[in-house]
Amino acid sequence: MSRQFMKGNDAIVVGALQAGCRAYYGYPITPASEIAHAASLHFPALGGTFIQAESEVAAINMVYGTAGMGIRTMTASSSPGFSLKQEGMSYLAGAELPCVVVNIQRGGPGLGNIAPEQADYFQVVKGGGHGNYRLITLAPNCAQEMCDLTSKAFDLADKWRNPACILADGFIGQMMEPVEVPEAKEIPFDHSDWCVRGDAETHKNLVSSIVLEPEDLEAHNFKLHKKYLEIQESEVLFEDYKTEDADLVVVAYGITSRVVYSTIDQARELGLKVGLLRPITLWPFPSEKLAELAADGTKKFLSVELSTGQMIEDVKLAVNGKCPVELYGRCGGVVPGGEELIQRYEEIMNGKPISDGGVR
Amino acid sequence: MKTTTKATAFYNVFERKGGPHKETTHYCPGCGHGNVHKMIAEAMDDLGINDKTVFVSPVGCSVFGYYYFDCGNFQAAHGRAPAVATGIKRANPDSVVISYQGDGDLAAIGTAETLHAANRGENITVFFVNNAIYGMTGGQMAPTTLIEQKTATTPRGRVESEHGNPIKMAEIISTLPAATYVERVAIGNSKHIMKARKAIRKALKNQVENRGYSFVEILSVCPTGWKMDSPDARDWLTDQMIEAFPLGVYKDESSEREDGWYRDVKPFVPAELNKYFGVNAEADVAPVDLKKDLFCKFAGFGGQGILTMGLFLAQIGMRADHNVSWIPAYGPEMRGGTANCSVNVSNKRIGTPLVERPNVMVAMNLPSLEMFEKDVVDGGVILVDSGIVDKTPDTDRLDVVMIPATEIADEVGTPKVANVVMLGAMIAATDAYSLDFVSETLKVVVKKKNLIDMNLAALQRGYDFVKNGS
Ligand SMILES: Cc1ncc(C[n+]2csc(CCOP(=O)(O)OP(=O)(O)O)c2C)c(N)n1
Ligand code: SF4
Repeated sequence: MSRQFMKGNDAIVVGALQAGCRAYYGYPITPASEIAHAASLHFPALGGTFIQAESEVAAINMVYGTAGMGIRTMTASSSPGFSLKQEGMSYLAGAELPCVVVNIQRGGPGLGNIAPEQADYFQVVKGGGHGNYRLITLAPNCAQEMCDLTSKAFDLADKWRNPACILADGFIGQMMEPVEVPEAKEIPFDHSDWCVRGDAETHKNLVSSIVLEPEDLEAHNFKLHKKYLEIQESEVLFEDYKTEDADLVVVAYGITSRVVYSTIDQARELGLKVGLLRPITLWPFPSEKLAELAADGTKKFLSVELSTGQMIEDVKLAVNGKCPVELYGRCGGVVPGGEELIQRYEEIMNGKPISDGGVR
Repeated sequence: MKTTTKATAFYNVFERKGGPHKETTHYCPGCGHGNVHKMIAEAMDDLGINDKTVFVSPVGCSVFGYYYFDCGNFQAAHGRAPAVATGIKRANPDSVVISYQGDGDLAAIGTAETLHAANRGENITVFFVNNAIYGMTGGQMAPTTLIEQKTATTPRGRVESEHGNPIKMAEIISTLPAATYVERVAIGNSKHIMKARKAIRKALKNQVENRGYSFVEILSVCPTGWKMDSPDARDWLTDQMIEAFPLGVYKDESSEREDGWYRDVKPFVPAELNKYFGVNAEADVAPVDLKKDLFCKFAGFGGQGILTMGLFLAQIGMRADHNVSWIPAYGPEMRGGTANCSVNVSNKRIGTPLVERPNVMVAMNLPSLEMFEKDVVDGGVILVDSGIVDKTPDTDRLDVVMIPATEIADEVGTPKVANVVMLGAMIAATDAYSLDFVSETLKVVVKKKNLIDMNLAALQRGYDFVKNGS
């Protein structure tokens, strides 16, 4: 097995190529640019396509073209650029085209800064573009997962004919860790019945998101909705670290989940029974698991995120009023430290007000 | 409107069209789109390319182009057809890709995509139907609307001082070196139509022969948007539009470019990928024991090789089969005159890659020492470049090593290896790994092979300084 030391951003490109991605389209933006750098190196070397597009808008539409040809393709950006892709995302979802989009989140709103944040949760998980659609959203928290979940995202995208998103943050993108490069295998999907390849077999096919008649468009929406329900039932992924007996369940993804993970055993040594529930898929969200943990009404929940409170809404929906749900949010690139978090755990568990330093 | 054509590329019955009238198009009577469609379909037949053609319909009145063309069809977002066409063509360079666009689509919302597809010399064919108005949305001003022309959003007529001028896309595109063929034609009378037919055929043939990007602007009519009957509309096109948009060939390098613009791609072959990334290669791992987890903060000026030092340590740990992470200062931490990185080397799974409480700290300048000394855990190791930093850390609380790393590096040959002197000292002070193991690993990870000897000498000197005081 080849174990290589690489940045999370580079691992995305490796995971994509090993999954059979043949075309990359992107526009530079910090802190996602290494993805374009690595793609420009590897894709052409392997007979694939790399285009530095004129904008994120163009890039996502190039993805639309290649995805409609039944070829695995991707684009990557960071928050402001990801905003520009939203119209395209909606078209991709409407036309049911499989592809992978990556958002290495940075600080917003507006130009914000280049430091890590997790404030695009709403945009990615709740829609972003227009219309009824969902984005399969995977949230890696290490370089290995940047690679593996990118590969997985291509499989999920193909399986469900839906765009899939890798939602990470600047830290996970910039961090270097060992990555075991997965083996490339044949792609077990055949798109001949819907894709257009510019050949005789597919020449009657149409790639489109337009459905003119109201009844027909409603039927299309219901069909998509049914698909989304099936995804919710079958594709949830999460990591559970000591939540079973926990009095406080901390929910975190991406870089914050790494900080929280570090605190769990330390907190337990201090007598604080804390556990971590890390969503690996943000959509579909591990609501059932959270509901289960909340069922007997004895636990408390804490959402730790690099935002002023976005994922917490899904935690609250899942907990459904059975237990208190608190927020600890930092943003602008400020990441909570372990000691800072343990202090908040202590306060919450003792029923004290959470001290200042973050949003709650 | 009813369109009669014998072209097989044009369906006789439009099954994708809703409603009862599946033999008439959705276009208004007298609309120019029908004529242009017909000419394209005839050219497709002529060239025998129906199976491999992919037609991209834009947003505009021709949004339903896919009702009519018996070929592969895409419908694109407003203005993005050239980007979509790019994605199609790059996926299969043997396809024949048509980007069919109106003036709002091509010359307003999609200007960037239009220019850049041309500038990249995409081997595609763009048919630009210029009818000087937004037909579909109810007759608003287009970027090509003529001066004095009244539209829904220029009720007093277009004026230069307020709305600018009709934009001349054929002229603009013809300035781009990568574009192969640019012509403007019209459909006002039968003479125009003959020329238009030729241009359309040529633009498609160019693509089949991989001659590169072809652009045909077709001056067309929109009787509905112009609020004219059909004959008046044709007259207005012939009298007014052609004056503003002169017909003719703006650029033609077709004859010099046969097969010059074919962009080959290879299919996915897993075995090739596995070879490229060395998936089945033997990993260079030599497991050794790690007595104590290392949580390191390395800090100094940019240019002192601080980040590289961290990378070296992480790769040493990786080769020893330990869990490692490396992260550079990023975001707010970057301020205050220190370049720094956090490195974890651990027997256990690593939680946060950000080292809050280091047990090993290297300070290669004063601001770094001042910023991070307090974070180091009691009993932690702190190594300071004593040639640069004129201050000693708290020796009661910490295990302090003062080492003139940069001076030693100078003696070795270059101050650039001060980071490796420090690495040697750090290895010695922590007893994390044996000197041999670290040397062996450096030989693998130092990229510039001519610098390996100097690096190994620097490592040895740093190590000896701590172990033997020299
Ligand atoms: C993003 C977006 N903005 C606006 C529209 C509305 N819209 C549809 S067609 C059109 C103008 C089309 O004009 P043109 O390209 O000249 O084509 P024509 O209808 O004249 O053939 C506009 C503005 C849209 N569909 N999408
Ligand atoms: S509005 Fe104009 S461009 Fe649109 S179909 Fe009618 S005549 Fe043709």
